[in-house]
Amino acid sequence: MASYSTNEFKKGLKVQIDGVPYQMVEMNFRKPGKGTALYECKLKNLIRGTVTDRTYRAGQSLEAADVSEFTAQYLYRQGESFVFMDNSDYEQYELSGEQVGEGAGFLKEGMDCQLVVYNNNPIAVTLPNHVVLQVEYCEPTAKGNTATNVSKPVKLETGAEIGAPAFINIGDWLRVDTRTQEYIERTKEPE
Amino acid sequence: MKHPEQRALLLRRLRQFFDERGFLEVETPLLADEVIPELHIEPFSVVESRDSTRRNRWLQASPELHMKRLLSAGAKAIYQITRSFRASEQGPLHRREFTIVEWYRTGDSMDAGMQLLDDLCQTLLETKPAKRTSYAEAFQKHLEFCPHTATAKQLAEHAAAHAIAVPEGMDAENCDEWLNLLLAMKIEPQLGRDAPGILHSYPASQAVLAKIATDKNGTNIAERFELYWHGIELANGYHELTDAAELRQRFIQVNQQRQQDGRQSLPLPKSLLTAMEQGLPNCAGCALGFDRLLMLAVGAKSIDEVVAFRSD
Repeated sequence: MASYSTNEFKKGLKVQIDGVPYQMVEMNFRKPGKGTALYECKLKNLIRGTVTDRTYRAGQSLEAADVSEFTAQYLYRQGESFVFMDNSDYEQYELSGEQVGEGAGFLKEGMDCQLVVYNNNPIAVTLPNHVVLQVEYCEPTAKGNTATNVSKPVKLETGAEIGAPAFINIGDWLRVDTRTQEYIERTKEPE
Repeated sequence: MKHPEQRALLLRRLRQFFDERGFLEVETPLLADEVIPELHIEPFSVVESRDSTRRNRWLQASPELHMKRLLSAGAKAIYQITRSFRASEQGPLHRREFTIVEWYRTGDSMDAGMQLLDDLCQTLLETKPAKRTSYAEAFQKHLEFCPHTATAKQLAEHAAAHAIAVPEGMDAENCDEWLNLLLAMKIEPQLGRDAPGILHSYPASQAVLAKIATDKNGTNIAERFELYWHGIELANGYHELTDAAELRQRFIQVNQQRQQDGRQSLPLPKSLLTAMEQGLPNCAGCALGFDRLLMLAVGAKSIDEVVAFRSD
């Protein structure tokens, strides 16, 4: 297995520790006085998304992780799992609800996502930052209420429930930020 | 490059500072057959191939070796502004190739060495007089223990008490590794806030090329000093060790430690040891990172901001 020694450490490197893949999201070289060089790293767990701080003394090494990322289309849901297809070779990959995480409620058939694959197994998926989805259900708008700051729950066609302004109606198209799961604006039906 | 005029001006003022004090500017080889073996500095090795012969030479990690040979040959007060090379050192405050200012003056004690460095900062950075703190005082003040008597186990406990993450691969039995870690994480960021801070009288085990003396409490200390300004280490100086036999012993220890760490051992610099056997006069010397000096002069946050060409 390939490995990276400290002098190859840099932002973006994909490594594995105890069988878990991480991406180096920050790396700071420090060398106090006449002491050992230290490599202060922020490592993002590619499965959980959490970030851990680790410091390495010069001369240490980390195993390289066979991690790749590519564009894949969301096909359909099958029971508890979600099926994606690599747009380049039409290979299909199945992810569990846990792996898809909170993005599941925003996944629409045909949506292009970024799939992260570790040792040939899919481990995570990143949705586009902004998606446009139709409102499946919400309470009707109270007459005369044009205030935009009043929020009400609306259910989207893909299943997620988000807060939206009071003037939103069933059938409206909304632009949503999948990272914060927040309403951005009302928009027209995508072509 | 954001500060080309400031770099040129600072170089002129630096030369003026030394010229006014009777120092002679010298030049020494960048590429040489020998290098000073240091525990945590990796020199670049350069291979010269010609016909069937291959020969290794070293890019100098500092001009120290040759400048000391000049002192042995009779130089009194010398300075140099040159390039130095250190493998794998790359970060906001480090570059593999950087500009170093190094000077030596015969007859100087550690005290005189610290005073000259302080004068340099006052002149070039317009700072207030430097605040001097011994290594022991700094640890007492910021961490409330004596660094000269603490055991490795106690040092580990202090690090844990301050929630300092232990680097992967650290030798937990080595006191100096713990001291360096505590210094870097808890003390260095506090040094040189209103005025430059000079840390001096290091543990004897961290003497490197400094003389070892006894402090007023009877503790063996290294006559080594470092200057910090805004938490950035700017210079390292010694009341220089002049005893060739002791220096040879220290180089051997460095190599033993390097081998234990799985790193290449380095050949003893015979030319320096021979020169010292013939006599290195009592002197103090200091090395200063010029790129960092410029950073501090213009308020930059990384060396990349003050050089013409970035290196990755």
